Amino acid sequence: MCAPPLVQGRALTKRFGTYIAVDQIDFKVERGEAFGFLGPNGAGKTSTMRMIGCVSPVSGGELSVLGMDPALQGPAIRSRLGVVPQEDNLDTELTVWDNMAIYGRYFGLPRSVIRERAQELLDFVQLGDRRQDRVDPLSGGMKRRLTIARALVNQPELLLLDEPTTGLDPQARHLVWERLYQLKLQGVTLVLTTHYMDEAEQLCDRLVIMDRARIVAEGSPRELIQLHSTREVVELRFATAEERRDALPLLNGSGERVEMLPDRILVYTGDGDGTAELVARDGLRPASVLVRRSTLEDVFLILTGRTLED
Amino acid sequence: MAVAPPMLRVLEREAIVFRKLWRGSAFSSFVTPVMFLAAIGLGLGGLVERRTGHVAGVGYLAFVAPGLLAASAMQTAAGSSLWPVMAGTKWIRTYHAVVATPLSAADLYGGTVLWVGVRATAAASAFLAVAVLLGGVPSPWGILAVPAATLGALAFAAPLAAYAATQDTDLTFPVIMRLGIVPLFLFSGTFFPISQLPSWLRPVSVASPLWHAIELCRQATTGTPRWAAATGHTAVLIACVAAGWRWGTRTFARRLTP
Ligand SMILES: Nc1ncnc2c1ncn2[C@@H]1O[C@H](COP(=O)(O)OP(=O)(O)O)[C@@H](O)[C@H]1O
Ligand SMILES: [Mg+2]
Repeated sequence: MCAPPLVQGRALTKRFGTYIAVDQIDFKVERGEAFGFLGPNGAGKTSTMRMIGCVSPVSGGELSVLGMDPALQGPAIRSRLGVVPQEDNLDTELTVWDNMAIYGRYFGLPRSVIRERAQELLDFVQLGDRRQDRVDPLSGGMKRRLTIARALVNQPELLLLDEPTTGLDPQARHLVWERLYQLKLQGVTLVLTTHYMDEAEQLCDRLVIMDRARIVAEGSPRELIQLHSTREVVELRFATAEERRDALPLLNGSGERVEMLPDRILVYTGDGDGTAELVARDGLRPASVLVRRSTLEDVFLILTGRTLED
Repeated sequence: MAVAPPMLRVLEREAIVFRKLWRGSAFSSFVTPVMFLAAIGLGLGGLVERRTGHVAGVGYLAFVAPGLLAASAMQTAAGSSLWPVMAGTKWIRTYHAVVATPLSAADLYGGTVLWVGVRATAAASAFLAVAVLLGGVPSPWGILAVPAATLGALAFAAPLAAYAATQDTDLTFPVIMRLGIVPLFLFSGTFFPISQLPSWLRPVSVASPLWHAIELCRQATTGTPRWAAATGHTAVLIACVAAGWRWGTRTFARRLTP
């Protein structure tokens, strides 16, 4: 027999009035994996995370978290979750240390336990020497790391991260990714949302792609790319919009699939260099030609006809 | 070992924040009553007594002290139920962090209101101490004015905290203070018996929770308990707290766990 999933949604639905934010999605998160919800703004990722976090009642379908029903056992579930919300909600009237201490008390932990863990966790997120500082002047990356440390104070089995690195500069992002990877190695199950395909590729063992309240694809990053996209992509940029428009009919047949974006044309192909040569032979004069591997961004574009960023 | 109710953990956070500000707050808790009682009780009271003798059977200072005591508890309660709730739901969003833990929106609401009660108790005790020193509290029953003023404070804190959670901005809060709290302060029997008011205004005063709180405080500090009336006043105030509490557990849940 295999272990029951840590989180499972069946036809899970969230409505706000008549608006449907999450529309009958099915997914399963297994213990120990890093599971992602990838999708553009408004796809319903936060709404889904809030239902899993037992701070938003389910409107339809079924949800089980840690084998329990959020409607009946919300506090028991929340006592075993760690939550890093999309918007920081650190207590800016308190110091770094007091943020940890108070949060631990919300879980009913004894002060002696909190003291030990808080120092360990602050060291883990590299804020050990900032414990007496006020929270307000900390950088965005430090606040994010503190939020992560705070979410770990109850030693959760499941850590929910809603857009953990949105708004951070690249260096701060990499530090967060590295810490999350360490947590995964320690056996913490991660569920995260993101609209960055590189974040999903870096962190997720498995993910679902969400668009307009629905799940449109599911699998590991590699599986998704293999299944829905080609191995390589040729990106062609042109000097003017006219040139780009005129080039489009000539490109048909140059690859398995051609997509026109506002600023470039993408040709999906098994052999990027071959396609690039073909394009040159056809007498097209793009301002730049780039051959690259397919990413999750391409999977999203192929499945929905839109890019993740808009 | 008894497990403390979860809502007390909310008080702990408030106490930690308060620990850093208590000096300023303690200072004003004593200075404000000294100023009010000196200016109004002694200054204005001297004039009043020269013209009319005693008010409602006691000196003016003894008359006005319980009124000011209950009224200042109301003002503290109103101020610390409106803006701090907006900070928790919208400005700093700390409440959203709380409901992600085992605490519920109802626990958070309860803890928030109880903390206002704790603050009101402390402020009322300081006020009473000053009033005793200035000679404004003729009866040892006066000690009961502290729980009475606290109950009065809760009668405002419970509905106002509930209301604050329904708002997206603090635009209406100054209006509530100016058109709600200030008129109640003036017309609930704080400075003169409501029998002085035109008869059409009197029912408004009687409907004001502050009037009930002041009556309770005044019976205590002047040592003139009228048990039937006191029971009625207490019941009205408890009803205000209970109604506010019911409403608040809902508004907090709707705001924080939609
Ligand atoms: N409390 C709410 N009331 C009404 N609509 C909401 C609420 N929360 C989210 N929505 C709507 O649900 C949709 C999905 O939002 P969200 O789950 O935040 O998406 P994402 O996190 O993928 O950007 C959006 O159109 C959003 O406006
Ligand atoms: Mg979101």
